[in-house]
Amino acid sequence: MSERLTGIGVSAGLVAGPLLRVAPAPRLPEPAAVTDVQAELARASAALAAVAAELRRRADAARRPEAAEILQAQAMMAEDPLLNETIADAIRGGRDAAHAIADAFAEHRRAFQAAGGYLAERVTDLDDIRDRAVAASLGRPMPGIPAPGHPYVLAARDLAPADTADLDPEQVLALVTEAGGPTSHTAILARALGLPAVVSCAGALSVPEGTVVRVDGSSGEVLTDADEALVTATRAAAAARRDRDTRSQGPGRTSDGHEVKLLVNIGSAAQLRGDGAAGAEGVGLFRTELLFLDRSTAPGLDEQARAYAEVFAAMSGRPVVIRTLDAGADKPLPFLDQAGEPNPALGVRGLRVARRRPEVLRTQLEAIDLAAQRTGADVRVMAPMVATAAEAHEFATIARAAGLSNVGVMVEVPAAALRARQLLDQVDFLSIGTNDLSQYVFAADRQCGDLAELLDPWQPALLQLIAACATAGGAAGKPVGVCGEAAADPLLAVVLAGLGVTSLSMSPRALAPVRATLAAHTLADCARLARLALAAEDAEQARATVRSEARPVPD
Amino acid sequence: MPERTVSVGSTSGLHARPAAIFVAAAAAQPVAVSVRRPGGRPVPARSMLSVLSLGATHGTEVILAAEGDGAEAALDALADLLRCNLDEEPADV
Repeated sequence: MSERLTGIGVSAGLVAGPLLRVAPAPRLPEPAAVTDVQAELARASAALAAVAAELRRRADAARRPEAAEILQAQAMMAEDPLLNETIADAIRGGRDAAHAIADAFAEHRRAFQAAGGYLAERVTDLDDIRDRAVAASLGRPMPGIPAPGHPYVLAARDLAPADTADLDPEQVLALVTEAGGPTSHTAILARALGLPAVVSCAGALSVPEGTVVRVDGSSGEVLTDADEALVTATRAAAAARRDRDTRSQGPGRTSDGHEVKLLVNIGSAAQLRGDGAAGAEGVGLFRTELLFLDRSTAPGLDEQARAYAEVFAAMSGRPVVIRTLDAGADKPLPFLDQAGEPNPALGVRGLRVARRRPEVLRTQLEAIDLAAQRTGADVRVMAPMVATAAEAHEFATIARAAGLSNVGVMVEVPAAALRARQLLDQVDFLSIGTNDLSQYVFAADRQCGDLAELLDPWQPALLQLIAACATAGGAAGKPVGVCGEAAADPLLAVVLAGLGVTSLSMSPRALAPVRATLAAHTLADCARLARLALAAEDAEQARATVRSEARPVPD
Repeated sequence: MPERTVSVGSTSGLHARPAAIFVAAAAAQPVAVSVRRPGGRPVPARSMLSVLSLGATHGTEVILAAEGDGAEAALDALADLLRCNLDEEPADV
C-alpha cells in the first residue's frame, strides 16, 4: 500500500528508486555464552568472508584505480588467515563470534597505532572492517553508506560529514533524513551535489529496505511503494530534465548580457569526462591533493607534470585555475609528517606548509609550468590558506620565478578578505573558498554537524566579506571568483553576481541550474537581491527573502 | 633455515598495493614463508595485517625465511618481488 510521508524539501528534483538505509555501527551486546562452538566458528568465518566479498565487489565497481587497490587491500585484511585463527582460538576458548572478532581487531589496531605514520592513519579502515564484520556476525546490515551496485535513494536519521565522504553521486538518487533542517549538512551536501533531498521526514526509517519510493525535493513529499507507471513517468521526467541541462550550454550571463564565468571544480582529469563539465567555460578549482594522497613520498616532477597536463589538455584552450597543494587539517598527508598539531585547522596547512617544506611547493610549481608549456594551455595558479599580503607577495614571487605569469591566491582566512585590496596589489586574481571562509569567520568546525547553521553560505557576515573582496576586485580591475558550495546554489549564485563576483566555480552537475537562474535575471536584479541578502537579519531570512523576490526560472 | 635479506624496492613502501601483491604471492607458495625486520619477530608473509604492521618503507631491510620442499624457490620468487618497485605499474588515470 502506498504511503505519503512529508518532510521539508531542501534540494529540488524528482526521482524514484529503491530506498536503502545507512545502518549505524553495531553496538556489541553483552557477551553471550557459547553452546555450539562449531556454529559460532561458522558464524565468524561467514561474517569475515561476507565483508571480504563486499569489499571486493566495491573494488570491482570503483572507477578510480587507486580506490580499487585500497579496497582490495582491505578485503585482504578481512581474509587475513592469522586474524581468522586468532578469532577461532578465542571462540574455542568460550568467546562469542562478535566479541572474538572485536578483540582480534583491537590487537591489530594497537599494532597499527604503535607503528605510527601511514599505518596509524589506516586505523579507521581497520575500524570500518571490524564494524562490518561484527554487524555481519550479529546478522545486522553492514554499517555505512550502502553500495548495492545500482542507483538508490539514501535514507538516514541524519548525515554527518564523515558519513558522506565516500558518497557516490552517480549511485545515490536522493537523500531522505528523519532529522535535520534546511541548513543541516544533508541539505548543504545535497545542494552541492545537485541531489534532490527531503529532511525532517518522519517515518523515513520505518520504510522497509528496498521499497521503491518517489522523492520530490521541492514539495518534500516521499511516496512509498510507487507503482510502475509512476516510476516510469518520474524517470522520463528526470531524463527530460537532464536532457535540457545538457542542451543548456554557453557562457554564464545575466539576461542583459553581463558575463559571469561558469567554471567547474575538479580533482582529476576523470571528473572532466561527464556530460556536465562539457559546458564549463574553464576549471575554476583544480585540486591537486589526489595525486599526493596515500603516499609516503611526494610525487616527482614528471609524475606531477603528466597528471596536470592531462587536465590542461582536456580543457582544450579553456582556462584552468590550479591550486597548489592544500594539505593539513582534514587532509593530512603522510609524507609531510604533520602529526601532533593540537588544532590542525589552525595549524600548518595550505601555503603554510611551504615554510617547512619549500621544495614541495617549488617542485609543484615547476611541474605546473612544465605541463602548461607542453600543452600550451591557459593556466593560472593559486595558493590556499593565504592570510597576509606578504604571503601573497611571497607566493607570487616563487610562482613567477617558476615561469607562471597569472598568479592568484585563495581567500579563506578572514584576514585576507579584510585586506583584499592589498592582496590584489600583489596578485592577478582572488578566488574565495566559501567553505573554509565560513569555518574561520564563524569559528565553527566544518566537520561539526551541530554547527551547520553557522556554516550556512547565506550568512550575511560571510556575504559581507565576499562583497568586500568583489569591491576590491572591481576597483583594481582584477577578477574575483567564488569556488565552494555557495557558487553551486542557483539563487545564491545570483546574489554573488550582484555583489560583483566575476566567476563561479562548482561541481559540474550544478552548472546548468546556475546558468538558467542567472539568465533569468538582469544585473540590476542581481544587485537588488544582493542588497536584500546583505540586509537580512540571518541566513534563513536572507534565503527566504531572495527566494520570494527572485524571478521565476523557465523550465 | 634458508633466508633472504632484501630491501623494499617499492616507492611507497610495503603498503596498500605493494603489500597486496606481496601477500597474495606469499599465499600462493607451497611453503609457509615468514618475514621480519632485523631483530624483529617473524610474522607470516601471507597475513596482510602482519605484513602491514612491519611498517616497512622504501629501503627498509626485511628478512624472509622458509623451510621444507620448495623453500629456496619460494624465497627467491618473493625476494625478487620485494626488490621491484611494485608502485611502478602502468598508471591508469
